[in-house]
Amino acid sequence: MVNRLVLQNLLHRPIRTLLSVVAVGVEITLILTVVGLSQGLLEEASRRNRGVGADIIVRPSTTQAAMGLSSAELSEKLVEKFASMPRVSMATGTTVYMLTNYLTTITGVDMDAFSRMSGGLKYLAGGPFEQPFDAVIDQVWAEQRKLQVGQSMELWNRQFRVAGIVEPGKLSRIFIPLTTMQDLLGWRGKLGQIYIKLKNPDETPAVIDELKALLPGYNIFSMAEFTSLFSINNIAGLSTFIRVIIGLAVTIGFLVVMLSMYTAILERTREIGILKSLGASQFYIIGIVIRETFLLALLGIGVGILFSFGAQGIIQHRFPILVVSLHRDWWFYAGLIAVGGAMLGALYPAVRAARQDPIAALAYE
Amino acid sequence: MMPFIIDIADLHKTYHLGRVRVPALRGVSLTVEPGEFLAIVGPSGSGKSTLFHIIGGLTPPTSGHVRIDGLDLAEMSDAGRTRMRQRTVGFVFQKFNLLPTLTAAENIGIARDIAGNNDFDRLQFDNIISLLGIGDRLHHKPFALSGGEQQRVAIARALANHPKILLADEPTGNLDTANSQAVLDVLKDLNGRLGQTTLMITHNPDAADFCAHRIVHMKDGKIV
Ligand SMILES: Nc1ncnc2c1ncn2[C@@H]1O[C@H](COP(=O)(O)OP(=O)(O)OP(=O)(O)O)[C@@H](O)[C@H]1O
Ligand SMILES: [Mg+2]
Repeated sequence: MVNRLVLQNLLHRPIRTLLSVVAVGVEITLILTVVGLSQGLLEEASRRNRGVGADIIVRPSTTQAAMGLSSAELSEKLVEKFASMPRVSMATGTTVYMLTNYLTTITGVDMDAFSRMSGGLKYLAGGPFEQPFDAVIDQVWAEQRKLQVGQSMELWNRQFRVAGIVEPGKLSRIFIPLTTMQDLLGWRGKLGQIYIKLKNPDETPAVIDELKALLPGYNIFSMAEFTSLFSINNIAGLSTFIRVIIGLAVTIGFLVVMLSMYTAILERTREIGILKSLGASQFYIIGIVIRETFLLALLGIGVGILFSFGAQGIIQHRFPILVVSLHRDWWFYAGLIAVGGAMLGALYPAVRAARQDPIAALAYE
Repeated sequence: MMPFIIDIADLHKTYHLGRVRVPALRGVSLTVEPGEFLAIVGPSGSGKSTLFHIIGGLTPPTSGHVRIDGLDLAEMSDAGRTRMRQRTVGFVFQKFNLLPTLTAAENIGIARDIAGNNDFDRLQFDNIISLLGIGDRLHHKPFALSGGEQQRVAIARALANHPKILLADEPTGNLDTANSQAVLDVLKDLNGRLGQTTLMITHNPDAADFCAHRIVHMKDGKIV
């Protein structure tokens, strides 16, 4: 019976209900999208690293966490040294330059070695580098920048020719010859990281131990370990950023629900008086407001999840390099956060309604 | 001798509006026997509604002795008064006071829900409904009902939890003559059949004469 009343209350003011639901929906969308975007980009980066086909990665001691900035501090000589180790099948080094505007990287590769390690890039158009100022880009980047084979793209004020367009998923979206990058950025003889492939992947831990003894202080990871570092908590500032966005989203939901429930209980002053004259306790009145809010929040969560797919579609259509990865578990977390915010918003109106003096409420016109 | 169901002595109620004290009741003494139909008449502002609000547990007395069905209201907590409103008294108001978003049946049902009343007597309920003549109006919302029908639904709601006391504050105040008479008939009839003590405030001496076993007059916050 109380549920009937709650439902009727919501239906009685469809526009107010709709606005509250949409506000909670936007809150949910915001949370899901910002988390989805962060996770999507990290998962994508992690996936591309796995696409290299290496078993071990060696990085300089100074490079922190997973997403190293542009730098090259390893000696090129290490590549041969690694390659000559008995259990190693092959080794190859890369340099990386971060295009901060696009949250993506340009990678300098020794294309022959890299192809052998990764099983080769799959060309959708064109082919590998033919000259120093050639670039190979992946399909996503080609789409993002509307580039075709033979066209030129500018990097560090130099024109690069697009030599080939490849399937995405291996290491980077933009490849240029390693030596060109080393020359242009003054990194001659230096590498950012070295990938190692073993004859038998099961020997990874043993080889890592050997490498660590050989190169104390270096960051040496198995690829599994390395890609697991691509997580929100490992990127400086990212989790703070996400928390701030979630905080703002919850504030929107909180304020709208509070305003909505506040006007609702003012408008229903007389009805609250009637319920009290029938013996409704404070608890009962609070229960009505809470149930109503809970229903609003649930509807909002549903709407928000739908919206988040819309947002994902729009973002990935407009910016192909961005990946929004919507995880179901975040439906639950975002829902919990939204319900919590809504309940907090309902608290004051609910208590106020419960404290209404029944006689004054019944006299209310 | 049966104990009084309502036993009031020297009841005072003073409202405070800011710094102004409004004495609404100034020493009311009244006893009512179980099953009695009492009419209360008196000029506007004489404290009739205030007396009902205290008997019905909507507001505590300021001073004096008030026993309702054996319970002392002066010592009663908010929660105690809430329980009393659930089971011991039923209100009927001049303005009907149905919940506008619920149907007639739901309005009656919510009273039962609030009281947590699960063991209700379907037969007796159907009886009351047919007596009130609202059987075919139960699934309408208040706006679709006439004033007389709304008031009869309100009476059914007030009786939903079989209260020992029915408090009707000018129940015919907003009704035309025909509807007023129908409501009075029902109140009188239900008092006879179910035996609940009924107190009715009215401005109409004929209505009081028609229904009541006894008529009391109020003036300036006292019974005269
Ligand atoms: N909640 C309140 N706050 C302040 N004063 C009140 C309140 N309720 C009633 N009063 C005052 O108490 C006095 C008695 O009011 P009450 O409503 O009991 O009179 P009444 O006999 O029912 O009048 P009426 O016939 O007009 O309904 C009036 O002077 C009224 O202004
Ligand atoms: Mg009155």
